[in-house]
Amino acid sequence: MEPKIPTRMGDGSLVEMTRSEIKADLEEGTMVAAKKAKVPELTQAELGHLLDIYASAARFTAVDIGAEVVLSNDGTGTKHIGNRVQDLQSYETLLGVDIPELWQADYSYKAVKTNVAHEGQSMKIAQALLTNPVQYGAMPDLGRYSKPDGPIPNWSELLPMGKIDEARDAQVEACAMLVEDIDFVADAMIEAGADGIDMDTTGAAGDADFLAALTACRKLRAKYPHLGIEIGMASEFVLGMHGQLEFDGQRLAGMWPLKQLEMVTAAGASIYGPAVNINTGKSTAWNIARAITFIKPAAEVATIPVHVNVGMGVGGVPTCLFPPADATSRASKAFVEILKIDGY
Amino acid sequence: MGTGDALGMEGAHAQASGMGGMRAAGDLVARMQMSKRMRLKEAKEYVAGKLGCSTRDLSDPVAMELLRLEHGLGLVSMTSSTHPTEPGMMEAKFNISKLLDIPINSVERFKERTTGF
Repeated sequence: MEPKIPTRMGDGSLVEMTRSEIKADLEEGTMVAAKKAKVPELTQAELGHLLDIYASAARFTAVDIGAEVVLSNDGTGTKHIGNRVQDLQSYETLLGVDIPELWQADYSYKAVKTNVAHEGQSMKIAQALLTNPVQYGAMPDLGRYSKPDGPIPNWSELLPMGKIDEARDAQVEACAMLVEDIDFVADAMIEAGADGIDMDTTGAAGDADFLAALTACRKLRAKYPHLGIEIGMASEFVLGMHGQLEFDGQRLAGMWPLKQLEMVTAAGASIYGPAVNINTGKSTAWNIARAITFIKPAAEVATIPVHVNVGMGVGGVPTCLFPPADATSRASKAFVEILKIDGY
Repeated sequence: MGTGDALGMEGAHAQASGMGGMRAAGDLVARMQMSKRMRLKEAKEYVAGKLGCSTRDLSDPVAMELLRLEHGLGLVSMTSSTHPTEPGMMEAKFNISKLLDIPINSVERFKERTTGF
């Protein structure tokens, strides 16, 4: 009888599977992604490599010495220990994170705008106390501009009523406001000494959200040639909430990682962060094969660094409050060794 | 891109595949990715070239302690081995900017605001 190996499901639960079952999940994961995004499946060699990583009872795994990558982290400075800057110091000195990120709990550029002086002062203090590059991060979060949170008619209400043109106009109007807010906050943070700006979970509200991030990025790049600009995505696929928006003549709706990368590069970003969400009902092996298949075409041709989202609920890391190190380290090793990525 | 909610994942990632930040030379490689849009291989080779070491040394805290001391790039300060005569955070960033031949925003702001001295 084939021995069982402890492994994880996408919700983090510990289960036992045979090597054959894990292999079957890897094959199904890559097949599902290839079919959806119309990209090649992983090769047999790549699947074999993933099988070696995932069909193991080891509590932890890691890349080879010398193959380490850069860690840019959203969500550092979370008041775990003291204030946010003390947490950034902990991330620098104790964890060894490469790019800590200052952020506030209301993780949205619109929300930060009202508190920008305080945030800028925190950035200035962080810059005085850390040697690592420190970036400022928040979400574009376009939905915040629609009623009842914002002034713009709510396109999610207009669409079901069949008011397509009105819903599109609302998103375009919100997009312009968001670009201004990102630009405003970024200016303040750069004045305070920030090394970079992170637009995290981009595209969460669809193509207009993505367009706002790209437009803001291009504006910032024109003003700050050496600024670190990171655009991290919300998911593997750009939702067409508007459906007709374009950037440099390319329709944004429906873009998978390869086209997302092209847009992010054209906008002038320093780092592209693809994201592939977890299916909690499938194993982590299924999820990692699916995620790597989606991202591989982008990682192969990128001319800028690719920092994959490998956090809770994305990139093969389970959706649970305390992601186990066995699952996290396997995802870490898989992305580095299969995709040759530049960081997380 | 980061690791999402900060509930222990950073520790696992850092140990599994991280360069170590200023504990080694991850901060220097990161700066080349951010300011020059260099991919990892190019960024590592650039930094190693400036330091006169191998790219493997860049993730080695033992090798990098000596190199950071030699070039004044800042060290993790701790009670048992503080270096009060060595460059602190801002001072180290001045040296990093010079070594890597890139502008560092906080260093440029520091210069702007202290022009009277």
